[in-house]
Amino acid sequence: MSALLTVEDLRVRFPTRTGVVEAVRGVSFTLGRERLGIVGESGSGKSQTGRAIMGLTPPHAEVTAKRLAFEGIDLLSASPKLRRDLRGKRIAMILQDPKYSLNPVMSIGRQIVETLRRHEKVGRAEARERALDMLSAVQIRDASRVFDLYPHEVSGGMGQRAMIAMMLVAGPELLIADEPTSALDVTVQLEVLAILDKLVAERGMGLIFVSHDLRLVSSFCDRVLVMYAGRIVEEIAASELGNAKHPYTRGLLNCMPVIGADRHPLPVLDRKPEWAL
Amino acid sequence: MTEAVSVENLSVVFDEFKALDAVGVDVAKGESFGLVGESGSGKSTLLRAVAGLTAASEGTIRVSGREVRGTRRDKAFYRAVQMVFQDPYGSLHPRQTVDRQLMEPLAIHGIGDGERRILKALDEVGLGSSFRFRYPHQLSGGQRQRIAIARALILEPSILLLDEPTSALDASVQAEVLNLLEEVRRDRGLTFIMVSHDLGVVTHMCERLAVMQNGRVVERLTSADLVAGRIAEEYTRNLMVASKGFRREAVPQSA
Repeated sequence: MSALLTVEDLRVRFPTRTGVVEAVRGVSFTLGRERLGIVGESGSGKSQTGRAIMGLTPPHAEVTAKRLAFEGIDLLSASPKLRRDLRGKRIAMILQDPKYSLNPVMSIGRQIVETLRRHEKVGRAEARERALDMLSAVQIRDASRVFDLYPHEVSGGMGQRAMIAMMLVAGPELLIADEPTSALDVTVQLEVLAILDKLVAERGMGLIFVSHDLRLVSSFCDRVLVMYAGRIVEEIAASELGNAKHPYTRGLLNCMPVIGADRHPLPVLDRKPEWAL
Repeated sequence: MTEAVSVENLSVVFDEFKALDAVGVDVAKGESFGLVGESGSGKSTLLRAVAGLTAASEGTIRVSGREVRGTRRDKAFYRAVQMVFQDPYGSLHPRQTVDRQLMEPLAIHGIGDGERRILKALDEVGLGSSFRFRYPHQLSGGQRQRIAIARALILEPSILLLDEPTSALDASVQAEVLNLLEEVRRDRGLTFIMVSHDLGVVTHMCERLAVMQNGRVVERLTSADLVAGRIAEEYTRNLMVASKGFRREAVPQSA
């Protein structure tokens, strides 16, 4: 069994003035070349899980795990140099809002070329060629024009595609997408997801899709982890979501207003303290 | 018969850009009306024009039969019309306590009996009096949005303008806030105009809705029509498909 990523008892702690806050409390899972969704509300620790794998936890926080291994490499004991080499090259991350996650004073093309040349020995001309190919791969029609544009000159959907292009240009094996479409309009959302879906399938990547939207995740992923208060409360195949057992998962599914369902008032989550134990 | 809000032929122009292009909307008294569309479609601009936060360059806005112009509104207008904004993190003063933020509208309108009204308003939005002297940073997103709603309700308005009131909130908290809004509307017979990009939320909350695109209303329909799929416009149908989530087989390979 070739697990791409093994996570065992991952914990992320933030020391604060009022004591230690444990954002992630013992998360374990393994990931093959599949699409895994991580779902939870804000504060459930889903983003911090993704960031810890990527190595983007703030320096004052403490990350511990019994095992955190990517293709046999122990990420926690890896040198900063090794982690830098992995990050962007073999593990890549797509962030939520292209308005904030792209460099505003660098053209889109240069940002993609930068990623590529950081990780591979390629000439200027070849890097440009590959960046243009990548922009076409994310279905940007006029790639050479977009190459020279700055992030503020493109729409949110276009920016997010550029972000995907930047992350995939070095050919990563694991992609972490942290709310990749939450800042986009519903119609654009689907286009971006379709592009992501196609590329992940073509290149045989492992994907971790972090989102608060249980329905979206379940329509996109093979398997879903539901997080509550820093822990995984349920793991379920996406197709089995209708048969979720944990009351939190069911509550999350239930409380969304659905077109055509006439439920007044909406059922609300009745949070039980024992869920957080 | 007087409409609660009646907008005719309204245009809003920012420099060269036409944010609203001859839009007309009528909202009956006691009705809950939805505005749907993607970003840039002009749905928020329409709401802001009604509230007097954005100047209209053409057209008329009538509120309870009275015409309002430009960005000037009198006190009576604000007693009747209040607005709740999208981001509860941005719409409350970070250095004022809840008590002070709720006192402000009362002071502006010279309404006495603040103590009782504040406690009642807090109670109404499901927060106890213990929240009265907290600062916004001591509240969660859902609690902040409740305070924003309390602030809007404390003047006992008849019309509430809601600009994506739940899109910054978690799904479970969204359900609570939507229930709260429905409850106050029922109890007080309020008129709602609600902007949202989420068709699920709009069909849940509103009886009628207008679909907007590029500053124009492309379709007006009832929620029942939408649910039953009686849709005339392609654009509305696209929104409807998009709101059902990702489907691997049926993704348009456009753009």
